[in-house]
Amino acid sequence: MPDGSYERPQQRQFNPYSENGGTILAIAGADFSVIAGDTRQSEGYSIQTRYAPKVFRLTERAVLAVNGFAADGNMFVKKVKQRLEWYRHAHAKDMPLRAIARLIQTMLYAQRFFPYYVYNILGGIEEDGTGAVYSFDPVGSYEREACRAAGAAQSLVQPFLDNQIYFKNQTPAPGASHPTHLPLPDVLSIVIDSFTSATERHIEVGDGLEIYVVLAKGRSTQELASIGGLQELSTRAEGDRMFVIRRDLKKD
Amino acid sequence: MDHFPTNWGRPRNELYDQYNTFPLHQRPTNHTDTFTDGVQRTQQPIVTGTSVLAIQYKDGVMMAADNLASYGSLARFRDITRLHAVGTSTIVGASGDMSDFQYLQRVLDEIVTDEFTAGDGNSLGPAEVHEFLARRMYARRSKMNPLWNALLVGGIQNGKRFLAFVDLLGTTYSASSLATGYGAHIALPILRQDVDPNPDAITEEAAREILRKCMRVLYYRDARSLDKYQIATVTSAGVSISEAQKLDTNWDFAEKIRGYGSQTQ
Amino acid sequence: MFRNTYDSDNVVFSPQGRLHQVEYASEAVKQGSAVVGLRSKTHSILLALKRSLGELAAYQQKMYRIDDHVGIGIAGLTSDARVLSNFMRQQAMGSRMQFNRPIPVNRLVSSIADKAQVNTQEYGRRPYGVGFLVIGQDKNGPHLYEFSPSGNSYEYYAMSIGARSQSAKTYLEKHYESFIDCSLEDLIRHGLHALRETLQQDKELTISNTTIGIVGPAGAHEKDVPPEGGFRILENEPIQVYLSRMQPKRAPEEPAAAEQTGAANEPEEGATHGSTADEDVQMGE
Repeated sequence: MPDGSYERPQQRQFNPYSENGGTILAIAGADFSVIAGDTRQSEGYSIQTRYAPKVFRLTERAVLAVNGFAADGNMFVKKVKQRLEWYRHAHAKDMPLRAIARLIQTMLYAQRFFPYYVYNILGGIEEDGTGAVYSFDPVGSYEREACRAAGAAQSLVQPFLDNQIYFKNQTPAPGASHPTHLPLPDVLSIVIDSFTSATERHIEVGDGLEIYVVLAKGRSTQELASIGGLQELSTRAEGDRMFVIRRDLKKD
Repeated sequence: MDHFPTNWGRPRNELYDQYNTFPLHQRPTNHTDTFTDGVQRTQQPIVTGTSVLAIQYKDGVMMAADNLASYGSLARFRDITRLHAVGTSTIVGASGDMSDFQYLQRVLDEIVTDEFTAGDGNSLGPAEVHEFLARRMYARRSKMNPLWNALLVGGIQNGKRFLAFVDLLGTTYSASSLATGYGAHIALPILRQDVDPNPDAITEEAAREILRKCMRVLYYRDARSLDKYQIATVTSAGVSISEAQKLDTNWDFAEKIRGYGSQTQ
Repeated sequence: MFRNTYDSDNVVFSPQGRLHQVEYASEAVKQGSAVVGLRSKTHSILLALKRSLGELAAYQQKMYRIDDHVGIGIAGLTSDARVLSNFMRQQAMGSRMQFNRPIPVNRLVSSIADKAQVNTQEYGRRPYGVGFLVIGQDKNGPHLYEFSPSGNSYEYYAMSIGARSQSAKTYLEKHYESFIDCSLEDLIRHGLHALRETLQQDKELTISNTTIGIVGPAGAHEKDVPPEGGFRILENEPIQVYLSRMQPKRAPEEPAAAEQTGAANEPEEGATHGSTADEDVQMGE
């Protein structure tokens, strides 16, 4: 070619990744944990489906939310579940939350040079009965936090959480102080508000909302009684309880 | 490079392993790239099929695809079936690379045969076929050697309708109406409008009409489509794929189009 | 001392057409403590007698969970059982990974039977020294299978393997026709009665030496069983309720009489191991 454009071989590379939108979010309370995600799955401007779960029950007391490239996310959840099953075979009990967190970091880092293109948020109850949230980056860096948002609307939701959960830019009344943990009804309101707002302002968020609530053993379920669309997922009468709340979000 | 001569295949294994030192059951059955250091991978589809449409309706699932396999912009093969029955309760429709689809057809037929020869009364339903395809597609994309297709899998399992999508990346999802490729942009909004409010209210005839309507819209707008198409239905009675049928189209409006080329008035 | 060699490997038939190594492996199964399996329309259950090496030692595990819907009871070499149960777990998980479906129970059993068969034919290998009773449920309902080192697997209404299992079999043969309509509680009671037959004279079934494995819906005395009624193992305190519902032991002469009549009804076991007409083998000292 006169312009020299074919002098070097042209490489068109297959791109093994995609980005499927949506947002996830988790907040830890003193003795509970709330993990939520919208159910829209999209690619570009197309909505692929209005119901594709991003939040998954792992054990009686652990829930994993996965956001990013949906195929990687589903595969990753499937693999984590199988690892947990092997743990159950070996130890005849469920893996504790902090161990699941470390397992996830190991599994993510194992793919360091061909990463799972997913942001994970793990929520649940620790062995000491406290509510916990762990957040991860795609290659396994992780930390325990009180709250975290990830995904398409992270930049909209996280500042809101910083303000409402961590009380950033709020000054307590003289002589008063901010609480370390919010009560469950407040947390649920914040979660719902986060998603309705994100739905308004982000095209990749909407359609449906799934909120998982894990309550530590012995905690009252009173505060959930009045919530619509509630379904219990626990299989044991005693021990930690797990619920899911399904709500609609705007579909436009 | 595989250094086990017994794994090389022909010439006969006995020449290299006279005393059968390599245990029978560990011997790999096939090696494709023993002598190949450089391997060709699919970087782009070659002979392609365009959109596949599918909806759920009262009695099951209905799927449509035209009979064209294009070579770039050339309408190369005009009698290709892109709908494939898997067992007695599943239909798979494929867009994208047709040779990859034909490979998948062979693989699917193999697992159906294996399932049948087990002879224990178990069979693969659409959910299993879809999971299987999703794992295959994802595994191939992870090897950077994708099967260049977007597939729809539909059927009936335990009296419940099933309809789901899987593509070359291993991305999956399900909904009551689905479309691949160009159809996802042009036909899917129409399908959603007709189907999503209540699939149970759609009779077989109505479902057929909805798909026909969308195939016609696609034929008007998609330059890689054909006016010859097939419809597959899966109901509790089984799978059936129709004969190829012709779309009735009307191009009268073309005469009145003005305002481009030499026809300025 | 003369000792002919037809039993020294597994690739040579004896002139009687038998593979002695395989038969010896079946003897290893009989060294293990007994496992009993029964099936009703709704449930399959396993009952096993656990052994302990002594006062100071824990009881040996006799049952393994394979998947939500499958579990096994073992008799014979525990280490071989661990290898095989691990393989079964891999198969079960493979099915969930590839097709997202629980593996059909018969295929799982066939897969280990095929593995065992290789060891009865290929040079330089030894058969597995363990037998399984496998219970599981799939769309056809509950199942009970026996797996043996010979590479055979059969489905049963009721079966027992391991030490003195013939006595249990005699009990099962007498009562099996009633099993199909039994409640879980009655099925367990039958199982415990059968298992009791395998005990030595001075021994009793206790909550520490008995294990019960169940697939099927929750029974009257169970709690926290998921609605699918997957495989679960009952040990210690929870089985007290079943033990206390057993009928008191019969007079000592009765089981002995039963044992004799039962032996005749066992063509498979009798033909392979029970025979004394075995002339080309003299076991080494």
